[in-house]
Amino acid sequence: MLRIPQSVYDSIVEHALADSPIEACGYLSGREGDAKTSYRLKNTDASGEHFSFDPEEQFAAFKDAMSLGLKLIACYHSHPQTPARPSAEDIKLAYDPAISYVIISLAEDVPVVKSFKIKNGDVSPEEIEVL
Amino acid sequence: MKLIINGEAKEFSQTKLNVEELLVLENVEQPDMVSVQLNDEFLKKPDYAAVFLKDDDAVNFLYFMGGGE
Repeated sequence: MLRIPQSVYDSIVEHALADSPIEACGYLSGREGDAKTSYRLKNTDASGEHFSFDPEEQFAAFKDAMSLGLKLIACYHSHPQTPARPSAEDIKLAYDPAISYVIISLAEDVPVVKSFKIKNGDVSPEEIEVL
Repeated sequence: MKLIINGEAKEFSQTKLNVEELLVLENVEQPDMVSVQLNDEFLKKPDYAAVFLKDDDAVNFLYFMGGGE
């Protein structure tokens, strides 16, 4: 279960819409499944089909979260054209077994947000509760 | 050896430890897929095995994040 405050949920959806047709990406920080804040990161691929984080920005987010007593608990990215499910590339590049992978799909009229755990190529859907 | 790993103090029984070995101890299966900062300075991946740690070093590591639709 990933619990996300409405304001944070709205912020990541807004990010996805603002960056479309480029994939938006970032982190959610929080504690043990409770998201508290989000960090918008630059998609260094600047692509509508791929995303990569900038390590400098990753560490800046990590250190800011740590200064607030929080951890990076989820990575989010958008799928401007396709459903909210991990692609083969998403699964292949999901190296962190501890984090949640949140996908915001803009393929339908209304954005769809889903979360997954991905470990060794195995994908498990994770319920999202918006608070 | 006492190290601070991703903000958490940890004690290791080893007296000599390089970054690559530390990542293995931290259950990182693919060290090439993490970025590492030692005392706030980025390390180059080819240097992970050559950089040895000392007491109170702060090591932060984050996994590569990427994908595509």
